[in-house]
Amino acid sequence: MKRIALLGMPNTGKSTFFNRLTGASARIGNWPGITVDLLSAKILLGADMVETVDLPGIYDLHGFAEDEQVVRRFLQNNPVDLLCVILNATQIDQQLPLALQLRRLGLKAVVVLNMVDEAERLGIRFDALVLAQGLDCPVCLVSAKYGKGFLETREALRQSLAETSSVNTVALQADFADDEALVAEAERLVARAVALPRLLEHDLTERVDRIALHSLFGIPLFFLALYLLFQAVYTLGGPLQDGVTWLLEHFRNAVLAPLLAFLPSWLYGLLVEGVYDGLGTVASFVPVIVLFFLGMALVEDSGYLSRIAFLMDALMARLGLDGRGFVMLLMGFGCNVPALMGTRVMRSRGLRLLTMLIIPFSLCSARLQVFVFLTTALFTPAKAPLVLLVLYATSFLTAFTTALLFKNRLRSGEPLLIELPPYRLPTLNQVALRAWHEVRHFLDRATRFIVIGVIAIWLLTHLPTGVPPGSPQTLAGIFGGWLEPLLRPIGIDQQMAVVLLFGFVAKEIVLGAMAVVYGLEGDALSQLMAHQMDGIQAFSFMLFTLIYTPCLSTVATMRSESKSITFTGVSIVWSLALAWLFCLIFYQGARLLGF
Amino acid sequence: MTMVRLSELTIGQMGIIEDVEAEEHFRQRLQSLGFRIGKEVRLIRQALFGGPLHVRIGSVNVVLRRNDAATIHVWAEG
Repeated sequence: MKRIALLGMPNTGKSTFFNRLTGASARIGNWPGITVDLLSAKILLGADMVETVDLPGIYDLHGFAEDEQVVRRFLQNNPVDLLCVILNATQIDQQLPLALQLRRLGLKAVVVLNMVDEAERLGIRFDALVLAQGLDCPVCLVSAKYGKGFLETREALRQSLAETSSVNTVALQADFADDEALVAEAERLVARAVALPRLLEHDLTERVDRIALHSLFGIPLFFLALYLLFQAVYTLGGPLQDGVTWLLEHFRNAVLAPLLAFLPSWLYGLLVEGVYDGLGTVASFVPVIVLFFLGMALVEDSGYLSRIAFLMDALMARLGLDGRGFVMLLMGFGCNVPALMGTRVMRSRGLRLLTMLIIPFSLCSARLQVFVFLTTALFTPAKAPLVLLVLYATSFLTAFTTALLFKNRLRSGEPLLIELPPYRLPTLNQVALRAWHEVRHFLDRATRFIVIGVIAIWLLTHLPTGVPPGSPQTLAGIFGGWLEPLLRPIGIDQQMAVVLLFGFVAKEIVLGAMAVVYGLEGDALSQLMAHQMDGIQAFSFMLFTLIYTPCLSTVATMRSESKSITFTGVSIVWSLALAWLFCLIFYQGARLLGF
Repeated sequence: MTMVRLSELTIGQMGIIEDVEAEEHFRQRLQSLGFRIGKEVRLIRQALFGGPLHVRIGSVNVVLRRNDAATIHVWAEG
């Protein structure tokens, strides 16, 4: 099968183009010579299936960033028949040198000018024929966002592929002297083929930035926006969540219970009270998660994230980090794993490790489920959002404390250089697609971890046979007993200790585990929790859940990204110690004060 | 026209790049964003508390820190 590699700078809409071209059928795959995941998809071009690979965005083929090395290693180790070079049409003058650099590889290529709709609005005009001559390959004008120009592009790709004979991997030699010549060549080509307006200004972006980046209001506005986003998620998500819970309960009582009543009671217990209740408790949070990721996708695709990096850099610099680190903490609100992988843009190892060390304290969506459940069960509707707010504040506090304590060990001298893309309103389609990817990831995890986790917990709380389920004589009770001396001072009892033990695997299991440990779900579980512990205990439990290791996936990612077992170990031990210390101070302090 | 460091421009002031004396890796990143000798660059704003600068070069808006901007020498207009 022939192979097309997609290449281009960051912020060129490369992913959007890839999604349009492949119909979002992409899969993550392993590639010789590189350790990171790349998206690839098989598409039908003419009569042939062709494999399309989305390579990371690069500024310079000879650059030193990790992504640039990834691209070089990919091209050296994997045969490519055709390069598809994506350029941002609004910045054609800055991007042509990269296209020319890629042309020097000697591979067949098709150059795609993306965002032509935006370029047109800015008054930029292209002579595609002159460009094609200068680049010595077909040039297609495309708007990936609105799906314009794809028929022509597919045809150009098909034709170019048909003309290729079998190609091998390329030999890359860094010829830096040549790069200067390429820039001059690019300038000549732009002069011939592109009509640039004298003043290239994104009017709307200018005006929005005057407010969003305002020296006094910028930061308060950001926190207000964040608050409104969360408010919207809960206001909309709450009723939906109740609806799902109601549906699942009725399905259980009306259909599942009578249907499976013939099963031996232990199997019925395992299937209904274990798997179904455990999964159901988690599933009821799917609407909130979907909304949450829709909001995140909206913010991410709008171009606002790099503004946040600008606003927060002064603070982050004092913590030994930079503005990008703060953005990654925000990304971690969704899931810590992609946030950890996002640190690849950092070249200084010290900076990267320090950022990776604080990301696990970011309150991810899985932990959010646990907190929403417990705060609703144990606190009044007026107090519950406040408790959540305190937890988010703690999330930042622990991250910043960690950075302060470790910044002298993990030093960075890396210069900060980020681009502020113009604001773009993502299309509904784009946002929905992004959110769907996240939800699919969530459901993947659900099936992989939660089912196994809940079954294991059910077995632990029901074995050995002949003792009351969940009692101290069961395996779970015995494990809990071992942990008790450690967890009693922070107000966590035997049963919750078992839940925490499983929470190490994934926080999605925590709710399922509580359902199984107590043999209840939905409202009944909420009511029992309210009897089992008071507000102080519940908050201590949530604090611990927030601060200790997020999940096995995070640990695995930490290990593969840092390539250091020692660093991963330090991160786990540190977060456990910090969790215990925070809880001890909170719990004992609150009790001393008489709460 | 006087020669100053990019970090010394006033808000709204334009300069023409004369020299970039940054270390190799950073200089290359700067170049790929368009920071080349003879190019016009304008200081748009600065973040509070000694935070980073927002500069515009051609059609590209870039954020960089003060001390990194000090490695870029420009002929200041006006």
